[in-house]
Amino acid sequence: MNYETVIGLEVHVELKTNSKIFCSCRNGHTQDANENVCPACCGMPGLLPVFNRRVVELGMTAGMMLGCDITRRTTFDKKSYYYPDLPCAYQITQWFAPICRNGGVEIETKSGKKFIRLKQIHMEEDAGKLIHDDWTDTTMVDFNRTSVPLIEIVSLPDLRSADEVLAYLERLRTLLRFAKVSECRMETGTMRCDVNLSVRPEGSDTLGVRTEMKNMNSLSAIARAIEYETARHIDAIERGTETLVQETRRWDDVKGQSFAMRNKETAADYRYFPDPNLVPVVIDDAWYESVRATLPELPEEKAARYVSDLGLTEADAGVLTASRNLCDIFEAAYPQCSSPKDVAAWIIGDCMGLAGKKQVTADDVPVSPDKLAAIVNMVEKKEITRGAAKRVLAAVWEKDADPRAFVEENGLKAQSDEGAIREIVTRVVASNEKIVADYKAGKTKAMQALFGLVMKELRGNGDPAVIRSLLEEALS
Amino acid sequence: MDAYITKLDGAVAVDDTILTTGCPTTAGSRMLENFTSLFEATAVTKMKAAGYTLAGKTAVGEFGLDTLGETCFFDAPLGAAAKIVSEGEVMAALNVDLNGAPRRAAALYGVTFIKPTYGTVSRVGVVPCACSGEQIGVTAKSAKEAASLLAAIAGHDPGDGTSFSAGKYEYALDIPLAGKRVGIIRELMTGENTGKVETMAAKLRALGAEVTDISLPEVSLAKTAWQVLLAAETCNNLSRYDGVKFGYRTEEYKNIEELYVGSRSESMGLLAKAVILYGSDVLSKGRYDDCYDRALRARRRVREALAGAFGEADILLSPACLKAAYTKEELKPLLSVYEESVYTAFASVTGVPAVISGGVQMVSDTLNDALLLSAAAQTEV
Repeated sequence: MNYETVIGLEVHVELKTNSKIFCSCRNGHTQDANENVCPACCGMPGLLPVFNRRVVELGMTAGMMLGCDITRRTTFDKKSYYYPDLPCAYQITQWFAPICRNGGVEIETKSGKKFIRLKQIHMEEDAGKLIHDDWTDTTMVDFNRTSVPLIEIVSLPDLRSADEVLAYLERLRTLLRFAKVSECRMETGTMRCDVNLSVRPEGSDTLGVRTEMKNMNSLSAIARAIEYETARHIDAIERGTETLVQETRRWDDVKGQSFAMRNKETAADYRYFPDPNLVPVVIDDAWYESVRATLPELPEEKAARYVSDLGLTEADAGVLTASRNLCDIFEAAYPQCSSPKDVAAWIIGDCMGLAGKKQVTADDVPVSPDKLAAIVNMVEKKEITRGAAKRVLAAVWEKDADPRAFVEENGLKAQSDEGAIREIVTRVVASNEKIVADYKAGKTKAMQALFGLVMKELRGNGDPAVIRSLLEEALS
Repeated sequence: MDAYITKLDGAVAVDDTILTTGCPTTAGSRMLENFTSLFEATAVTKMKAAGYTLAGKTAVGEFGLDTLGETCFFDAPLGAAAKIVSEGEVMAALNVDLNGAPRRAAALYGVTFIKPTYGTVSRVGVVPCACSGEQIGVTAKSAKEAASLLAAIAGHDPGDGTSFSAGKYEYALDIPLAGKRVGIIRELMTGENTGKVETMAAKLRALGAEVTDISLPEVSLAKTAWQVLLAAETCNNLSRYDGVKFGYRTEEYKNIEELYVGSRSESMGLLAKAVILYGSDVLSKGRYDDCYDRALRARRRVREALAGAFGEADILLSPACLKAAYTKEELKPLLSVYEESVYTAFASVTGVPAVISGGVQMVSDTLNDALLLSAAAQTEV
């Protein structure tokens, strides 16, 4: 018999805000445990949640990017459960009136295009982290992450394969990164995904027993987990290897297996109720429109514009629009230069080349667009050679150097003064009789040697075309 | 505590459910026996800025659930704050009105207490139980002293999302009572304090007010609704005391469940446990609609009924408690608190202001606090 896998996803995305959702603690990377904590986000009595309006704006932005209906009067609820990483033993979330409903995204896989519908997006606070120390057999708790704002994007069970799941996640990631809602990095946990999966005979319209899988921290782990879990379900149905029960399972990527998490039969009751300390958030037309006005152009729209208006190749436009950061650098830099194609080439070739060497992603290329434009312009005006320009770019990347000052300080200015170059050419020709003789005897390679000697005297900054023509003149 | 023995103008005692720095805030619970807050309640900060002095902390029933010795970690005298105010040990006190306890205490000791309109005094720094109705109020010997301390602590606090936007409030004490309508709540004219209500009615009539009877059968509904909401919210708020981060931790545990159960069981008293059990029940799956949600709907009905009553009367007059005096045995916590709250719950569950003066309770519509203080000031002997 053929089986169909039915998958719905719950995707948690950490929002890129300056501060946490209900207190003024910083939301950002930390060196030490419990660095970004205050009495409120570590559960001490007496402080009340003060809502960060930026969270609603990012929630709305996400909803608009994903075609959702925005709830104009959205409310917060408390979800109760005991766990040491949850300092108040309740999480503030949205149960009754989430910020977004409906909507969805179009994905494309080998088998074509498909629309994946969303059920809702809700805002909530993150929990802390437990760190287990095997040596002393103790568990420590780090509250840096408590109250970091999250949105949870809940899909309907429209996905049918690991391929579709990956396409869906990549699409979510692209859209949310473009809108600067989140960094969406699975490796650092700013994007996390729970997979709800069941299996049924093809053609059936009832759903099978559903299991929920957690703890996948890469796209490839998700794909492996889906394949494993599908096979486990089919074995259970066909061969009776086990009885499927609705449960939460933890994926162990090292073992390549999922394991049932401790079955908390009674823990499923979260006793949701409205948080009396948080008044409903009302989104009026003015606020709605002001957020709408900040929505970015979609990557496809950008790519089409780069090709039609700026003359980029589709391939180059594709590389740039894979990252909002590259688009931002490109769009701020090219108006300062004469050729958008040159700027694109610098980003795609040189910046991404450096990124490869330094093992950072396109989103982390730290080059200021103004400085990149300055480099491109200096090369175009022959003020520096391309080789020197690469050194300038590296300095901009590494220490945010000022390109012109760096050129001055390091004597990288291109030497194109014919008189000065002619003097050196004459000297080199005069003092290298053997090479000159070789050249005259027909060894064209000897020209390269003379070129190199002249360039060496110019410390690499000579205009290659000028040197070449003067050498040819001197040797003719 | 000995601190309040010093007799000072402007010396204010503060309930031990209100956070102060430099000395512990136990909230009357073994759970917080050694807990010292890292910050101070907004009301305390504002009070100090206005020149008042923190004289000391007054013992409360566990988490302020009621001022009853039996459930209290310390041996708290009933209505500790009202008692020392009446004896002149301090000028005034700040009390958390969660379920009417400071109102009952003020009525019994014959002092003035105001529970201001919900949202006018910041709740930042209150050890939380039932956030949707608890409110810091002021106990003092006279309406004038209560009004000036209240004016010092009231006003918008960005740290409290339910606080009103007004930066400060003025409480005039000379609002004329002539022509004001006073309604005696018929359903509450029970117990030993009805005589005091008649006395107050006579004084108000003498000032030109028009006194009538008014029917407000929803006071019973309010009592039940507030009991449900209070228990649900308190259960949720007390869940943070788990022995993990601060507060009492049991000595013997083999895993996290034992740590939770041991720490909470050993450190909390009977009333707190009863409220926790009751609160988790009314929020549980299958019970939510019939209990918690129904209480929310009841709260709306009480609000509507009160709006109707305020169409007929500017001030609602009633006793604040059943008896004129209590023995400790009469205050069996689990039942008596519930029954007594029929007098006070309708103001807690709706957030309208209530003033105790002359041993009786006066209630008015939202933000009409000054009318109540005027009535109290002008009827004081």
